[in-house]
Amino acid sequence: MQPQVNTAAPSQPLQHAQGGNPRTGPSLLPAVDIVEDAGGITLVADLPGVAREELAIGVDGRSLTIEAPVKLGESSALMSVYAEVRANHFRRSFELSSDLDTAKIDAGLRDGVLTLRIPKAEQAKPRRIDVRVE
Amino acid sequence: MYPSMLRTAGDWFADFEQLQDRIDELLSGRSMTSSIRAVGRAGAFPALNVGTSADALEIYAFAPGIDPKSIDVSVEKGILAISGERNAANGSAPGAKSSERNVYASERFAGKFRRVIALPEDAEPSRVEATYRNGVLKVVVPKRESSKPRQIPVSSDR
Repeated sequence: MQPQVNTAAPSQPLQHAQGGNPRTGPSLLPAVDIVEDAGGITLVADLPGVAREELAIGVDGRSLTIEAPVKLGESSALMSVYAEVRANHFRRSFELSSDLDTAKIDAGLRDGVLTLRIPKAEQAKPRRIDVRVE
Repeated sequence: MYPSMLRTAGDWFADFEQLQDRIDELLSGRSMTSSIRAVGRAGAFPALNVGTSADALEIYAFAPGIDPKSIDVSVEKGILAISGERNAANGSAPGAKSSERNVYASERFAGKFRRVIALPEDAEPSRVEATYRNGVLKVVVPKRESSKPRQIPVSSDR
């Protein structure tokens, strides 16, 4: 379930993006749910049309970037007549705080939904401090 | 005195306005003619892309995170309907109490959905096929044999 980090060039789906390099052309902002609990942060992102082997999750310093091409597997003879999705790759970045352990991020992709679990660093987890009675 | 120069300036602004209009159109998703029964709604779930080839009409519904068995695709009187329900992801570690959770973003769609598309006259609704892959539902509606483009051979009398 671990998506690989790669830089494979994505192909153009459905001609809705007007040419150009998919990495620099318009990108889609995936919808996300972000929930924090005591152990860390869970990020759920909608990435329809993304294959696991083409999903790239990159951590650069404190910045987390999700990037992936959208591939529909349509026949090449297909002509677009109506399109609500008008770009061919997803991209979204998040700034992580220092209390999160970026080395232990766990990622899973199923049916076009990415679930990222970013645990808190050990020292940042809430602890109960006992008060001594003197 | 410099008519060519003045005209150029005017055209330049006209071009710019035209470009602006075009961008607005593209961003709002209202650029293409839509069927009276299936007017595009920006932000509706699932987003739809429709493509056509000589043989079929292909509809792509961007509906991630749904059990394929729970998606209902039906055709009635030339209207194709895609409906189902997506449950809100609990998005938390099992056992975490709701009081210990902070929700920072909740953008993903949750709930029941239904989208309809009016099929063209030449569609063959009896042979509709639907497949679900990587969160995208692909519906293929074949076109009638009679409406497919044909080559008509030209015979010679000589």
